[in-house]
Amino acid sequence: MLDADFFRRWMAVTAASVDREAERLTALDSPIGDADHGSNLQRGFKAVVAALEKDAPATPGAVLTLAGRQLISTVGGASGPLYGTLLRGTGKALGDAAEVSEAQFAEALRAGVDKVMALGGAAPGDKTMIDALVPAVDALGDGFGAARTAAEQGAEATIPLQARKGRASYLGERSIGHQDPGATSSALLVAGLAEAAGE
Amino acid sequence: MSENNLVGIVLVSHSAQVAASVAELAKGLAGGATTVPVAPAGGTEGGGLGTSAELIAAAAASVDRGAGVAVLTDLGSAVLTVKALLAEGDELPAGTRLVDAPFVEGAVAAVVTAGTGADLDAVAAAAAEAYTYRKV
Repeated sequence: MLDADFFRRWMAVTAASVDREAERLTALDSPIGDADHGSNLQRGFKAVVAALEKDAPATPGAVLTLAGRQLISTVGGASGPLYGTLLRGTGKALGDAAEVSEAQFAEALRAGVDKVMALGGAAPGDKTMIDALVPAVDALGDGFGAARTAAEQGAEATIPLQARKGRASYLGERSIGHQDPGATSSALLVAGLAEAAGE
Repeated sequence: MSENNLVGIVLVSHSAQVAASVAELAKGLAGGATTVPVAPAGGTEGGGLGTSAELIAAAAASVDRGAGVAVLTDLGSAVLTVKALLAEGDELPAGTRLVDAPFVEGAVAAVVTAGTGADLDAVAAAAAEAYTYRKV
């Protein structure tokens, strides 16, 4: 079973990995975006960790809802409302249970990913965070490690794709050959699950 | 909805200067509609390019007269942030609506229409109709 502590750890290890990888995320965002993905997410997850320390929400759902709220208000780029909606949507689907099973979490994360697709209008294959998140959710039944591998493979698989959403889509064919920054940070988020679980 | 109160207009852009200038332009072109509450919400709180949920929420609160608030945006994170705030439920005043309209032309149409005392549906329709004006 996964409790509020697990989800706090998830947010903390994700904040740390975003911190470590910020330069790489921004570098990926330079040729096809506006070169702010790493610094935006760094600011957002720093605010998430600070808010979780201050408010200490008691349930998994409350942890993710608060984290999502922070991302919406602090990131300043499109990744804020997108990741914010992902975590809030997942948190709301978890309800107010004190502990949730991995299967319940997988179902809630799928609901969160559906909300992201509804908000941004992206589908698999559009070269976005969805290309890492959907394979991760599909693999979650086989454990967090399998989800991490699926997300990393999904992010790498965005390299040959042509962007169809967001600023990168204006580049048309010139977006081909670059790994999508949002799919890359989504893989970090999913890897954080495995790390928080000690896998 | 009050019969006397005017619909408020919020203009959200990645740039503080663009939001403020479009607000000024719309009010200037609207002539007699100077009583329409219009607020820009541009850029990040630090003054950079981007979108600030806090600035959007503050702008919407400042133009809310109880008749609804029409929000016009430029692109990308401006659109997504307003949608995410609307989904939150309690971040923006009741009767706040994201209007699907071109930013500059829609802002002018929205301010002129709001100045006539029209309701939110009419303001939103006028702003959206600006899409149909072809230049060539």
